[in-house]
Amino acid sequence: MTDGGSMSLAEASNAAIYATMVTLTVAMVLFAASFASGRRRTTSSSSVASRETAEGSVAVIDRVDTAVAAEPGRRLANVAMSLTWLATGLLTVGLVLRGLWAGRVPWGNMYEFSISSAWGVLVVFLVLSTRRDLRWLGLFVVTPALLTLGLAVTVLYTEAAQLVPALKSYWLVIHVSAAIICAGAFTVAASAAALSLVQSRRERRGLTWQGVMASTPSTEKLQTFTSRIIAFAFPLWTFAVIAGAIWAENAWGRYWGWDPKETWAFITWVVYAAYLHARSTAGWRGNRASWIAILGLVTFLINYFGVNIFVNSLHSYGGL
Amino acid sequence: MSDTRVEAVAPPLDSQGFLRWAWRQLTSMRVALILLFALAVASVPGSILPQRGNNPLLVDEWIDQQPTLGPLLDRLGFFDVYGAPWFAAIYLLLFVSLIGCVLPRVGHHWKAMRTPPPIAPRNLDRMQAFSCETVDDAPADVSSHVSGELRRRGWRVRTGSDAAVDGDAGGVWVSAEKGYLRETGNLIFHLALVLILVAVAAGGLFGWRGNVIVKEGNGFSNTLTQSDAWGGGRLATADSIPPFSFALDDFDVEFERSEAQRGAPRLFEARVALQNEPGAGAREDLIEVNSPISVAGAKVFLVGHGYAPSFIVRDASGDVVFDDDVVFLPQDGNFTSTGVIKIPDSDPQLGFRGLFLPTSAIDDIRGPHSVFPDADDPSVFLSAWYGDLGLASGVPQSIYSLSTDEMEQIGLRALVPGQVWEFAQGEIEFTGWTRWSSFQIAFDPGKEAALVASVLAMLALTVSLFTRRRRIWLRARDDEQGSTLVGVAGLSKSEAGDVSEDVRAVQQIAADHIAGRKAAANETTSNDDRKSEQ
Repeated sequence: MTDGGSMSLAEASNAAIYATMVTLTVAMVLFAASFASGRRRTTSSSSVASRETAEGSVAVIDRVDTAVAAEPGRRLANVAMSLTWLATGLLTVGLVLRGLWAGRVPWGNMYEFSISSAWGVLVVFLVLSTRRDLRWLGLFVVTPALLTLGLAVTVLYTEAAQLVPALKSYWLVIHVSAAIICAGAFTVAASAAALSLVQSRRERRGLTWQGVMASTPSTEKLQTFTSRIIAFAFPLWTFAVIAGAIWAENAWGRYWGWDPKETWAFITWVVYAAYLHARSTAGWRGNRASWIAILGLVTFLINYFGVNIFVNSLHSYGGL
Repeated sequence: MSDTRVEAVAPPLDSQGFLRWAWRQLTSMRVALILLFALAVASVPGSILPQRGNNPLLVDEWIDQQPTLGPLLDRLGFFDVYGAPWFAAIYLLLFVSLIGCVLPRVGHHWKAMRTPPPIAPRNLDRMQAFSCETVDDAPADVSSHVSGELRRRGWRVRTGSDAAVDGDAGGVWVSAEKGYLRETGNLIFHLALVLILVAVAAGGLFGWRGNVIVKEGNGFSNTLTQSDAWGGGRLATADSIPPFSFALDDFDVEFERSEAQRGAPRLFEARVALQNEPGAGAREDLIEVNSPISVAGAKVFLVGHGYAPSFIVRDASGDVVFDDDVVFLPQDGNFTSTGVIKIPDSDPQLGFRGLFLPTSAIDDIRGPHSVFPDADDPSVFLSAWYGDLGLASGVPQSIYSLSTDEMEQIGLRALVPGQVWEFAQGEIEFTGWTRWSSFQIAFDPGKEAALVASVLAMLALTVSLFTRRRRIWLRARDDEQGSTLVGVAGLSKSEAGDVSEDVRAVQQIAADHIAGRKAAANETTSNDDRKSEQ
């Protein structure tokens, strides 16, 4: 595994990941600058006026925020978006090279899980951004992705090696890929939920259309956005847990044994179930639901970092 | 779940009223939410404190170290959280709440699916999304075309015409609803959760599991007495255990030797000869991690392994009193292993505490320890004792511990394979080592049902969360100038749904109809032209 050719693959993988971090740092700075210069000059126009027109023109009432594209903050955010695409491409290269070097999927230890999770966060964000304008969210997605990568390369770095026998299963691919996408979706959802809490304070103080949060959508839109992502991620998380249970049955002879990892996966599931219930309970729909969305990510992170590092679990594959 | 239930401010005082109030509370969304949080919080201690089901030895150690807190937590069930009454109380209440909430909804939904959508409201322009257009077609044509097209697209459709009110003649309307699968999926999801609970309970009641350690070259018969640990459900009996047996012919293990992750396991393989029942022919099979074998409905899993150093012990007169491989339990990742040898048949009785190091090292801080999990440079460190092993006292003893209360220490000695340690009461020879592996044998009759139910839950959940329930209305009326005014409105019944797409689509249907008719009309005209040319 340590001949010259393989080493250069490893070095290339590491270089790609460092390049990702540099690119993401620039993207983060630009997103932050765009966020700070976010005074909204445009008006939120609703085509209510054309409601009663009987002349035959279509006039769907649909509140559209028509933003002026040439706004300086917007332009910075556009560059930052492009850089995020570039960074995600570089990270993909880094992951693929890592996998080629190790001769397996790059999900064998915590370093690899971490860079894959950062990839998941960026991919979920970018996929969503093709369907709606998410430039306002960029700062709050790129920052956690960058932190995860930083932690991965400094603290969690492990030389690529073969898998321990317990991980040699095609369930690794199924179970872990679902978990990685969930990591991305939960992070994006929690970022939007946190922004909705800030925005809601501002709205209560009547500060809606000024200051750094001005280009961020309204509280209600942020809450809806959060709930849509969780509505996507919750079934996927259910799948990840079921796939894990099938794998556990295959490896350890029981599908559920309340191992700390399983317990925290269950807790995460229950918290997001509570979120979905809160979204249809009077008095819980708004800020309380947003807090639950953040709590959900916290339980996910406890499971990832806490259980892998501090708890003696069957899932302690950290490689640390 | 619906939050439309009326919540009483204070419980009524008569018993029937109180029960009804309590039931309504229990099945309310707010209580379901509280129970969900309680379930999440109650699960936490089991991930922090050692649990009997996973690691009984660690539990005993923990209780010993915390003489005040330990027994108290033990009495409160904190070392068996997921079997504790308070944990069961939470999830059972949650499931009662779930059933109480979901069952009435099944009835309502059944009715709703068989009832046509409600009549169109009078003022469509007050709805979430509204659009208005004028067309040339007669109102009845628009209505019949749009309702037909909507039916084709899977909407439930009802049509009608307005009654005249205050001299306003009104128009014809189409009322359509779609997305019933949202509620269907939601209900199936919740009912599937109940099925999972039932399947888990069935597995717990009728299933059983055993743990067994088998040395290389030895065998195991699947009976209660041969298991090192046996956990059967309340309704599992000794008769439900299939009488298979197997011998561990060979156990292969490999560890990472390169610098990265040195010592990490790379391969475990147990080669066994399997007999389905006594007297049946044996067949060769391979058990690996992630690759259990199935025998007579049960599954045999490879879960662990370790070393069994071999010893020959002779008494003072030179007679062999012990000649066997002894299972030593690994204490760390490099398989520094501890074990005990008891020789009750010698006079005086002999006992040894041993430390087996597959790759030996010794330093001032850690003392003797192993630095690599494979047996590259094996040695044992023994402390020998003579006297009374205490086996006659009737108190059951672990085969992994030596009670030296009634014994005198002979001494300490390190041995490599082939070496003999002679002392006044006899001698011990460290002849070599072999490996053992531990197997989990499990039978869970509920697992297939649990799998089916959880896959059903997942699919139903996905369908429910990805379906939007929405209503749409169209009203076509004569604008008294020879044209028809078509108003389309939509209302999302799922939270925060957007129906403007649907409204646009329905207007499009109406517009397409006219465009289509125009095209058809043009064609007719051109045909006529051609005819006239001929």
